[in-house]
Amino acid sequence: MKRQGIAEALRDGIAEEMQRDQRVFCIGEDIGVPGGWGGAFTVTLGLDEKFPGRIINTPIAELGFFGIAVGAAMMGSRPIADVQYGDFLFLASDQIINNAAKLHYMSGGKVSVPLVMRAPVGATGRGSQHAQNMERFFTGVPGLKVIAPSNAYDAKGMLKAAVRDDNPVLMFEHKLLYGSKGARAEPGAVDATSDIPEEDFTVPLDKAAVLRAGKDVTVIAWLLMAHFSMQAATRLAGENIAAEIIDARSLSPLDWTTLAASAKKTGRVVIVEEGPKTGGVGAEIAAGLGERVPGLRIERVASPDIPVPFTPVLENAYRPDVARIATAARRLVAQTQPLRRDL
Amino acid sequence: MTGGNQPEFLLGLLERMIEIREFEDGVKFLFLEGAMPGTIHQCQGQEATAVGVCSALASDDFITSTFRGHGHALAKGLSVQEMLDELFGAASGCAGGKGGSMHMGNMDKGMVPAIAIVAGGIPLAAGMALSFKLENKPQIVACFFGDGAVAEGAFHEAVNMAALWNLPVIFVCENNLYGASTRIDQVMKNTRIADRAAAYGFEGETVDGNDVLAVHEATRRAAAQCRAGKGPYLLELLTYRRTGHSRRDPTHYQPKDEKQAWFARDPIDRFAAQLQADGLIDAEGVKRLRAEVTKRFEAAVEIAKHATQPTLADLETDVFAEKEVA
Repeated sequence: MKRQGIAEALRDGIAEEMQRDQRVFCIGEDIGVPGGWGGAFTVTLGLDEKFPGRIINTPIAELGFFGIAVGAAMMGSRPIADVQYGDFLFLASDQIINNAAKLHYMSGGKVSVPLVMRAPVGATGRGSQHAQNMERFFTGVPGLKVIAPSNAYDAKGMLKAAVRDDNPVLMFEHKLLYGSKGARAEPGAVDATSDIPEEDFTVPLDKAAVLRAGKDVTVIAWLLMAHFSMQAATRLAGENIAAEIIDARSLSPLDWTTLAASAKKTGRVVIVEEGPKTGGVGAEIAAGLGERVPGLRIERVASPDIPVPFTPVLENAYRPDVARIATAARRLVAQTQPLRRDL
Repeated sequence: MTGGNQPEFLLGLLERMIEIREFEDGVKFLFLEGAMPGTIHQCQGQEATAVGVCSALASDDFITSTFRGHGHALAKGLSVQEMLDELFGAASGCAGGKGGSMHMGNMDKGMVPAIAIVAGGIPLAAGMALSFKLENKPQIVACFFGDGAVAEGAFHEAVNMAALWNLPVIFVCENNLYGASTRIDQVMKNTRIADRAAAYGFEGETVDGNDVLAVHEATRRAAAQCRAGKGPYLLELLTYRRTGHSRRDPTHYQPKDEKQAWFARDPIDRFAAQLQADGLIDAEGVKRLRAEVTKRFEAAVEIAKHATQPTLADLETDVFAEKEVA
């Protein structure tokens, strides 16, 4: 057992999978430069020495190298492709959505694309084009699995499960959760370290995690917002409100069993999303729970419908925080009776 | 003229080109008649590019293709039946009826499903070649695309990386002068597409794409380079589309004299004349060959018309692959 942050845990996870399976390789920008960074957030640091020829450093050409990763996957390789910032996925999206996600279906099941894609997201002092939350744009794509781990254990376990899965899997990572060190450290970072066992383990790609049990209100969140929701739960507990915190973690497919069971239990759901409220993943969760749990009360805590601002004063107002989450939960509990069990 | 090639091989090239023409003409009729669903993009007049390239590949080499892919598929060895079944939407089609005209493919025959986004298959081809290289496999990839694709970013990004890493891929540009209805000189200043290779530090050449043997020989040279680790290679094949961009396109944008000049260089007529001049077949033989191909096509149509359609239980299958068992 060792205590690790997400960047270190992912690095170990990638190395272990590359060791286990010769078909695994990494492809991306600035991931294999001697004396370089090991990717924008140090995840692949040192792997080029360990696996010569299998950490493929690309030109700045997201559309091209994501397509190359898809093509290699079709021929039986198992690539891990990453972008430096999630925002750049728009450049690669033709290959992700039109090719990677659809080829299995449009070939009548005869082609598979065992591809892992990694993308950092989150508002972190970088303005509008290096900080948006991209989850919403990919969760409605049939054939694509989307995951968003909030801690080092989940990150390593889900990465390994993704490498072993025969489908394209897009993993979102939050820049404030990496625990990157040195020059790549992030101001305002949140502790997402976990105890990581020595032995091999995976975490399923289709299961949400109940982080804290409670009977009064369910709070559903992921990535950084899962941490903020846990902090809000501590505050609420001091006011005799027992919040159940769920890390949605698997964003596509969503784990409706876990989400709906909690919603039925509490009758009140707060959905927390970093990113604009309109058309977000939270909208899908709200609609899906509304269909499954009659009489459910739902409130969404999300960013306003604006691009991510730069200045910290505005960025902090953009990103949902502990106070807003607690306020929404408090309001729901005060305004509504628990769900009637006889319905 | 026909070099040192065996007569069976040469007659095979002719038969395959006739098969493609027959397939496309027959399918066009079936579409216009309303017997088939969907839309079609056809390759009448471009048979020599498909057949010339694929005849120079090994059966386990791979091709990528485009929305205009029927000829490539037949040239790579897909059967008329599995393709007609697919066009009729049958469960026995090469993609189980889920792909259709624009996504023909058969992995066992070395063809990934055709990609219908212009230039979308070019990065895929480079990636397939990267996989072969990483795993020390002898296979190569031939990547078909049209002149229109050369304006896409995907082309430039993929050829740059293929050149950088010496990937075993032949980029095959079928330059038929038109991207949909727009002529090539309306969309690029330098219309000599083979020049693009030099810009990225690799070799390219322009070949008469209506001369099946010239295409075959050029592809053999390019394939040898790729197998020797000296890839990639860009082949620009000059050819012409004898039919509309898609069904019901009357091609009013193609000038009459241009059409006539190209029709006079029809790849099938030219090659048949060559083989006749070399005494490998006579006019009667060519006629007989066409009749045999037609007969086979018509029989396949009858089967395809009555082939079983997928059931509604198939609607939501094949979205995700089963997890790897390892």
